[in-house]
Amino acid sequence: MTIEARNIGFRYGSKQVLTEVSFTLAAGRFHALLGPNGAGKSTLFGLMTRLLALQTGDLFLDGQSLRKQPADAMRHIGVVFQQNALDLDLTVRQNLLYHAALHGLSRKEARLRSDRELERFALAERANDPVRLLNGGHRRRVEIARALLHHPTLLLLDEPTVGLDVASRAALNSHVRKLCAEDGLTVLWATHLIEEVQPEDRVLILHEGVLLANGEGQALCDHEGQPDLATTFHALTGAGSS
Amino acid sequence: MKPVHYWHCFVGIQVREWLRFWQQRTRFFSALVRPLLWLVVFAAGFRAVLGVSIIPPYQTYITYETYIAPGLCGMIVLFNSMQGALSMVYDRELGSMRVLLMSPLPRPFLLVTKLLSMGIVSIGQVYVFLLVARLLDVEPPAWGYLAVLPALLLASLMLGALGLLIATWIKQLENFAGVMNFVIFPMFFLSSALYPLWKMQEASPWLYWLCQFNPFTHAVEAIRFALYLQWNPQAFGITAAVTLVLAGLATAGFRPQRTKILDTKTA
Repeated sequence: MTIEARNIGFRYGSKQVLTEVSFTLAAGRFHALLGPNGAGKSTLFGLMTRLLALQTGDLFLDGQSLRKQPADAMRHIGVVFQQNALDLDLTVRQNLLYHAALHGLSRKEARLRSDRELERFALAERANDPVRLLNGGHRRRVEIARALLHHPTLLLLDEPTVGLDVASRAALNSHVRKLCAEDGLTVLWATHLIEEVQPEDRVLILHEGVLLANGEGQALCDHEGQPDLATTFHALTGAGSS
Repeated sequence: MKPVHYWHCFVGIQVREWLRFWQQRTRFFSALVRPLLWLVVFAAGFRAVLGVSIIPPYQTYITYETYIAPGLCGMIVLFNSMQGALSMVYDRELGSMRVLLMSPLPRPFLLVTKLLSMGIVSIGQVYVFLLVARLLDVEPPAWGYLAVLPALLLASLMLGALGLLIATWIKQLENFAGVMNFVIFPMFFLSSALYPLWKMQEASPWLYWLCQFNPFTHAVEAIRFALYLQWNPQAFGITAAVTLVLAGLATAGFRPQRTKILDTKTA
């Protein structure tokens, strides 16, 4: 599946938050959307998930316009939000079943898929625990498992490692990379942490609402004449890497 | 999407609402205290002052407790629906709302289903209240308990839609206390929940007309008549029409960015 953003612009009142953002995501690849806090990453995610209404430009999933055919497009997108979006009072399985129902899956099919994802994410033993009892890393894994239940082809993760310790961050990052490689999932991982990005990733650098760079990490470094992504990011944005 | 997908989604939202209710059942029962206080304490104290003559749907003299019971059913639905709708966009339900809005199904369907499911849970509370009221000699006909169900559903949907509309559009009322003072209390007291409108008309004609324009008055009357196995087409019709208008406005005007569902400060 190809995902194309074409001339996305967005303003809150008088403040222009995104300006003419255009990019294409390659099918089955891991993409890092890199930008300092306030760059417009969450706004871009809001637009891609229809939580915000498109003002200018459009997004296309396999040629289907998000503006014109939102339901068709949304069927292909899985999302992990920056803030917790799990119901803490419900169990892990109940959260997954709820999400499946929202995508029109029957109870039987939902159970089948939930069990499969819980197994895959090593969460089967916690299936009947209330989410409240899970640590941050496990909750994130539940959120990713949930986002994959309806078999999306594009997975959006908005700063998914916020609030996690270093080990959990690394584990989550490598887990998503594995999914990307094994399932052919297209991933867009928003972050402000350079260490979550690898030179072979496709990197989109967003700064003050403008897409400054879009390409292979190593190629961007070479283009900017910088030794690594951290200095490339710094050179382009004037921001220190976290 | 096919009708079966809508059905699975509808059932899923209902199931979640009941699961949450079960998790928070102590809150469910504590919320019953308010109407029961009105029924047991307020009604006892004001029984002599607020005697009620024979008015439809009642066919004989009734106690004041009997008169206010349908109004208190409306009160339960009013508080729960408004609080539930506000929580959808302000606090407790933010994460769940993000998930809800990611569904490929149409947003009006999702929002109305969500309001309806919250209403159904609060109707459970109404039935518990009616059960307790029966022990206190408020005894509508047995079939009235079934007949009142559509009126309760309609009332909860109307009030939930109103809550959603307020929460989406009026930022100044973003806490529940503000809504209590400016919406819930005026709606409740300017209605026929606690006193028949002819009494209000005797006291002040303009207050009477305010009560007449209050859709909650008609919701309460629809509940009252249905509970006593009578059909009040005017009350039911007005409640249904207001429900349609409010649900249409609330769902058409709903924008997550006007709420805290998408906290754009983190962009």
